[in-house]
Amino acid sequence: MANASDNKSTHDHHSHDHGDSHDHHDHHGHSHDHHSHDHNSHDHNSHDHQHDHAGSELSEIELRVRALESLLIDKGYVDPAALDALIETYETKVGPRNGVRVVAKAWSDPAYKKWLLEDATAAIASLGYSGRQGEHMVVVANTPEEHNMVVCTLCSCYPWPVLGLPPAWYKSAPYRSRCVIDPRGVLKDFGVELLSETKITVWDSTAEIRYLVLPMRPEGTEGWSEEALSELITRNSMIGCDIARTPAQLAAANGACL
Amino acid sequence: MNGVHDMGGMQGYGPVIVEENEPLFHHAWEPRALAIVLAMGATGKWNIDWSRSVRESLPPALYLSIDYYQIWIEALERLLLQAGLVEPQEIHADKALVPPVEGVRKLLKENVVATLNKGGPTERVTESTAKFSLGQQIRTRKMNPATHTRLPHYCRDKLGVITAIHGAHVYPDTNALRQGEQPQWLYTVSFDAHELWGADTTASSVRVDCWEPYLMAVA
Repeated sequence: MANASDNKSTHDHHSHDHGDSHDHHDHHGHSHDHHSHDHNSHDHNSHDHQHDHAGSELSEIELRVRALESLLIDKGYVDPAALDALIETYETKVGPRNGVRVVAKAWSDPAYKKWLLEDATAAIASLGYSGRQGEHMVVVANTPEEHNMVVCTLCSCYPWPVLGLPPAWYKSAPYRSRCVIDPRGVLKDFGVELLSETKITVWDSTAEIRYLVLPMRPEGTEGWSEEALSELITRNSMIGCDIARTPAQLAAANGACL
Repeated sequence: MNGVHDMGGMQGYGPVIVEENEPLFHHAWEPRALAIVLAMGATGKWNIDWSRSVRESLPPALYLSIDYYQIWIEALERLLLQAGLVEPQEIHADKALVPPVEGVRKLLKENVVATLNKGGPTERVTESTAKFSLGQQIRTRKMNPATHTRLPHYCRDKLGVITAIHGAHVYPDTNALRQGEQPQWLYTVSFDAHELWGADTTASSVRVDCWEPYLMAVA
């Protein structure tokens, strides 16, 4: 998706009106021509003073978001401290670690797994995870016969309380378009190849039911603690775009870090 | 609405690009965009179906050319105008030019955690009984409303089987139009992938959550 080095300067803005002017998330590299900052025909002249000509000029969208935030605060519709608290929540509290805890517990505790598959909303809430974009949860378990994948073809619905904010690829056109027709091809993009006899079920989250995949517990993990098992559970495996890591893969990854 | 947002089964978008160690945000403005969209959503001045409807009604070329948080910002500007909370001349100003609308419920910092933890459940009590039962075969309607709907294009007029009944939920098709929640029974429908795509698929089945008005009994 969007290039981390903001490609704000790849487009000259002079033919845009304010409704259509954006930095696009295409992948055409870094051939930015920095001489083309022609803002004279749109309405951001008043922000030119905010440009830092040392090289980090603010992009069109950055200016728009700043203006909107300032406007909404000035109007009294939003509390600036609430904005910071919202961001902090998703930066530090709500993320895939929550889902990892759910999966590790389900792998370790058969009664919890049974509850999770029967009433995921309640079973997940018992660990303290609930609310926005996870109001109605369903957990689907992978088996040797059936692999589950989750997508939202119409927008980007995603189980926030257990997985946090969706990654860019989940929201992208390639994933949203192809998952329901060619999930095996999508899995190849993730470097995952399932046995040809494994059936793939794709869940399109069209309503307010949010889906979490319960990956298969890898072999060779008998007796492992929940904490140790957690190391095997990837975010993508809980969307169905990965399988849990094996103990050997974990050891190799840890070795690579030493 | 048959829009470009309805992407299921479309071809030619290329491979899924997976970024190694993807950061939570790619630009400094993205968390700000997230926060103002969530904070304004919490005012209750619009509902999630209305906001989805506005997002998918963006000009198609624009929708396809921008990131998701940019879609959110485009839609937020439109929602603020549609809800009458700001005036057009204020959108690109960074301050209020006319007095605010009175009585807007502001999300305060001390209520953020509780508000997120509560979320917005969509299940509603209903006196109606579900028309379809588990295991029943149904056919989805052939329909092409120009307004908001959550029945994707690829699974209209298709045979499927009810695999779950989720109770009555807010009906997006009316809620998006501000015609009320009009709760309807919600089902998960399992479609054999070949019913949807013929031989051109690597899926075995596709499951879609469908409200009762999307479904017809099969004789």
